Amino acid sequence: MAGEAIASGRKQTGSGIHPAGLFQSASFQRAIGRGILYLVAVSSSAVFMFPFVWTVLSSLKRGGELFRFPPTWFPEVPQFQNYPKVFEIVSWATWTWNSTFVAIVSTFGAVLTAALVGYSFARFRYPARDVLFIITLSTMMLPVEVTLIPLYLMFSKIGWLDTYRPLIIPSFFGGSAFLIFLMRQFFLSIPIDLDEAARIDGAGYVRIFWQILMPLSIPVTATAAVLTFMSQWNEFLYPFIFLNTKTKYTLAIGIRYFQAVAGFADDTEPKYHLLMAASVMMTAPIIIIFFLAQRYLVQGIVMSGIKG
Amino acid sequence: MTTKTLASIGLPLPRWMTNLRAKEAIAGYIFLLPWALGLILFIVGPMMTSGFLSFTRYDVVNPPDFVGLKNFIEIFSKDRLFWPSLMLTFRYALIVVPLSLVGALSAAMLLNQALRGTAWFRTFFFLPHLTPIVASAVLWGWIFNADVGPINHWIRTLTGSDNAPGWFRDPDWAMTGLIIMAMWGAIGGNTMLIFLAGLQGVPQELYDAAVVDGAGLWAKFRNVTIPMLTPTIFFNMVLGIIGALKVFAAAFVATQGGPAYATWFYALHIYTSAFRYFEMGYASALAWIFFFVLFTFTYVQFRQSRRWVYYAGEVD
Repeated sequence: MAGEAIASGRKQTGSGIHPAGLFQSASFQRAIGRGILYLVAVSSSAVFMFPFVWTVLSSLKRGGELFRFPPTWFPEVPQFQNYPKVFEIVSWATWTWNSTFVAIVSTFGAVLTAALVGYSFARFRYPARDVLFIITLSTMMLPVEVTLIPLYLMFSKIGWLDTYRPLIIPSFFGGSAFLIFLMRQFFLSIPIDLDEAARIDGAGYVRIFWQILMPLSIPVTATAAVLTFMSQWNEFLYPFIFLNTKTKYTLAIGIRYFQAVAGFADDTEPKYHLLMAASVMMTAPIIIIFFLAQRYLVQGIVMSGIKG
Repeated sequence: MTTKTLASIGLPLPRWMTNLRAKEAIAGYIFLLPWALGLILFIVGPMMTSGFLSFTRYDVVNPPDFVGLKNFIEIFSKDRLFWPSLMLTFRYALIVVPLSLVGALSAAMLLNQALRGTAWFRTFFFLPHLTPIVASAVLWGWIFNADVGPINHWIRTLTGSDNAPGWFRDPDWAMTGLIIMAMWGAIGGNTMLIFLAGLQGVPQELYDAAVVDGAGLWAKFRNVTIPMLTPTIFFNMVLGIIGALKVFAAAFVATQGGPAYATWFYALHIYTSAFRYFEMGYASALAWIFFFVLFTFTYVQFRQSRRWVYYAGEVD
């Protein structure tokens, strides 16, 4: 493709220019420059996409085909039944449901409380507000390890281990400092005149929040929700520490369990091809959501970086 | 509104509470409440608890036994994995972060060239970042497979010899494997998007002025792009280092800290002490040391940043 770009550039520039001046011509050098850029863009895309492509192709092979030497690109006969097979040999459907449940409920909690708290930081004046906001930001830097052990002890004391409560309930208590920051920044960009007009019309704080600010914040709320859903779906450490029963696993720890047993075949062949299918199935929903929400997402991520 | 509700249930209200300013403050605190409760229950409380536990011996079954500084002394003098795991974690961060910053900035500059198909390139670069870390550890484990993996096949074909790295099985190569895996996910991720926005925010006049002064491509990059991007570079650097120092899941799934402790990251060390040996006091001490190191390191970066970060809107 890059070769084509160079070739077509040569054709365009070559047409009107005397051959001797060809290599010095500015437009020719420009075309070469563009060609090199395309070459870099295409080849780096290929490098980034290669692991995906390899995984998808491996997931469609027969188990033994993966161990063939030298390795082959394409499956001899695509084995689409590998995908349903994953559901048979591990509790994939249950895990998928568990992940979906945990991710949706905790996303709801995190976004709702982040909006409320962000509203407080953006629209109210009270003593110590800015100090509290800085504390919020600095909790983002806290290593989880400092709180993990006491949380584990606390949750075990109140009987929350091996339930979804440790994964869900903290979200309802302003669990994500990043989201609070995101919501606050967005609310700050909405003119305060709107609030004041509503207040003159007799609206209270709750009503201003629900009927004025939130409807204007649908894009940022959607971004926040998608980002949280993704990070909850991918979360490894918390479910790994807090869940024990195999049927309660989320996909992230389920797939790790599957990886640990995939090599030790209890019947005939190793199951790496199925493990690859499982990786594809865990990643696919995230990629689909990304494509649906791409525009908002990119905006939201960029917004988080603006303040520096 | 709040005062009204309080008054309606018959609470006598002091006069200052009915004043508008106070009303606003009270409402603000009420909206803040979920966060404040969360901060106490899930962050400050646990931090204080782990601070206390770090001076005890605690195996979960028996009550904590106060031992003074014994855990810390043991960590610094006897723990044979403490220094290696701390150093290894820093080495990892100090390799991954600069490389992924350079990579992300290059990728962002490439995407900023208005090439045809930029939206596609951006998506291709970004997709690895979306891959769940566990899934990416699983798939890279297969790609790096020493015997039948594609990478080693290409290495053997290119070098014409049978020697190829053992990657996750090889103490000399496991770290490199993890670094490659991390770069795959980091270069095209949020860092790149933030750089891209930063690049688009550099005023065109500055470039025009530079061209008038006779600046070439490199001079424009060195004297306009980089200085204008320093706040973005700083933001990405601080977050990148914090993220890299906390690395856990990738190593835990891909290498389990091995082989021969070659990828025994600090977070793995804490995890093992706490949840495999159930030495909760010792592990809390490890965690607090980590917190202290991370805090100091971040603080130093902020101090240093005054020397090299340029904020266009800043008034001296």
